[in-house]
Amino acid sequence: MTFFDQVHAVGPALALYAGAGAVLSADLLQGRRASIWGLAVVAGVVSLGWTLAQLIVGVEAGALGGAVRVDAFSIYLAAIIGGVVLAVTLAAREWASTLEQAAEFYALLLVSAGSMVLLAQAEDLITLFVALETTSIAQFILVGITRNDRSSEAGLKYLLTGAVAAAILLYGFAFLFGMAGTTSLEGIAVWVASAPEAQRLPLMLAFVFVAVGIGFKMALVPSHAWAPDVYEGSPALVATFLSVASKAAGFAVAMRLFYTALGGGDTFISQDWGKMFAVLAALSMIVGNTGALLQTNAKRLLGYSSIAQAGNIAVGLAAVAAGSTAGPSGVLFFLGAYAVTNVGAFVVVSLVADRLGSEQIADYAGLVKRSPAAAIVLSLCLVSLTGIPPTAGFVAKVYVFNAAVQSGERWLLALVAFAVLNTAISAFYYLRWVRTMILDEPRDATPFRASGGVQFVLAVSAVGVLLFGLDPSPLIQAAQDAAAALL
Amino acid sequence: MIPIENFLVLSGLLFAIGLFGVLSRRSAILILMSVELMLAGVAINFITFASYRDTEAFSGLVFALFVITVAAAEVGLALGIVLRLFRERRTANVDEASSLKW
Repeated sequence: MTFFDQVHAVGPALALYAGAGAVLSADLLQGRRASIWGLAVVAGVVSLGWTLAQLIVGVEAGALGGAVRVDAFSIYLAAIIGGVVLAVTLAAREWASTLEQAAEFYALLLVSAGSMVLLAQAEDLITLFVALETTSIAQFILVGITRNDRSSEAGLKYLLTGAVAAAILLYGFAFLFGMAGTTSLEGIAVWVASAPEAQRLPLMLAFVFVAVGIGFKMALVPSHAWAPDVYEGSPALVATFLSVASKAAGFAVAMRLFYTALGGGDTFISQDWGKMFAVLAALSMIVGNTGALLQTNAKRLLGYSSIAQAGNIAVGLAAVAAGSTAGPSGVLFFLGAYAVTNVGAFVVVSLVADRLGSEQIADYAGLVKRSPAAAIVLSLCLVSLTGIPPTAGFVAKVYVFNAAVQSGERWLLALVAFAVLNTAISAFYYLRWVRTMILDEPRDATPFRASGGVQFVLAVSAVGVLLFGLDPSPLIQAAQDAAAALL
Repeated sequence: MIPIENFLVLSGLLFAIGLFGVLSRRSAILILMSVELMLAGVAINFITFASYRDTEAFSGLVFALFVITVAAAEVGLALGIVLRLFRERRTANVDEASSLKW
């Protein structure tokens, strides 16, 4: 493997890291005159373009001595992460210009995203851990970047929870390493395939620790408690990044660990971890949905919604172990649909917070008269989060639930029944918000406009939500290819 | 040779004490110290497994080094944030950092 092949393999991550370096250098050399926003956009575009090039030109799977693995799975996730970081950067121009440390904001965003791309590629526990921590540490600072009281508090809470989750994850890793004698995921898979039945208990102990630790990234119960606080306290655009990119990276790691290392549907422990994810999914849905019911703050509501959605996605993980091949592609499709939906929702919340200075749902009254575009996009996204046709969220839910039903296992059927019940609960708070925007009279009907970047992001998100809802086949195909690479 | 169980019990105890500290302490600084105990337990675990196995022992030792490095970075950042919060509120008590509650 030549040097260029190695660089090509980690290109999308390198482009983001290089962008971070360029942003900081430009800020240092030129100060306020530097167009750091342009540099950050270029980094995002190059990263996305490079991901596309990997897909078209092809790429050798193993790179950096087996530390990373570049396949359809990692390319799919790199595309989601690249798209989200580009969307956040485009939407952030106006807001970031008010920041004292705009260059640091973009640099940390790019570093965090670059590490997420590496995380989706990681093929070794060490790479995985270092990439995970680089992502997290950059996010801890991003959450607290606005220098106000609530932002600092959210940063501290996020950091303390993250540090504990990392320690728990590492404890699980230590046992995986101790049993398998290697940190390579493939090596662990080889060991699991021939492991004696007596290893079942220690292995279960290890993967419970791993699931709790990695659940922090996915906002899955029991490591979910940070989500509402952190979403409420952090700037809306940072929350966008956390809710979409971070969740995608978390599920990517979970799938790599459980599917590649713990052998998917055909090892003696796959039923065990499938049931564990079923329990976690059910708990996440009920905790998220009941928590969201009484919220009056938009970002806090979306925080609980994020927990509930993690539960929905985890239904796909539970189906994975039942030997259903639709499970992993369902998770991947859901992540894609969730990305376009949640970016749209959060960018509108950020726009409203900017223009109206409020995050209270009551202040969204009559939004459709003040900014029809924002209100329509947000309504569309909320409808998609509920899972009503013809939106991407509907197809995603049907896909994931169908994967679980296909297996025919009784406990999975019960889980899907519970999930459908939860969808009904969630419709209450999502649609109440839509009603406030469309039917209620505004207290002050002055119209407001979004900046060009925000308008572009909202348009792309709305088109994505509708497109994947009406004709999901291209995304389903991509998700299936990605899932096939994982098997 | 000392049986491997001794080391595993030691690391398990360190981890458990750390976890107990995280859940029971109210000061952000003490929570951080408890996290450090948990990570120390993890590092001991890695080194134990690495030295009691004959194959690919290096990766366990390397992992322990990475754990120490990343923990240092995390604590550095955490102290910075605690300091900022302390300047604003004159307290490092996480119970009083409660403006974000429903």
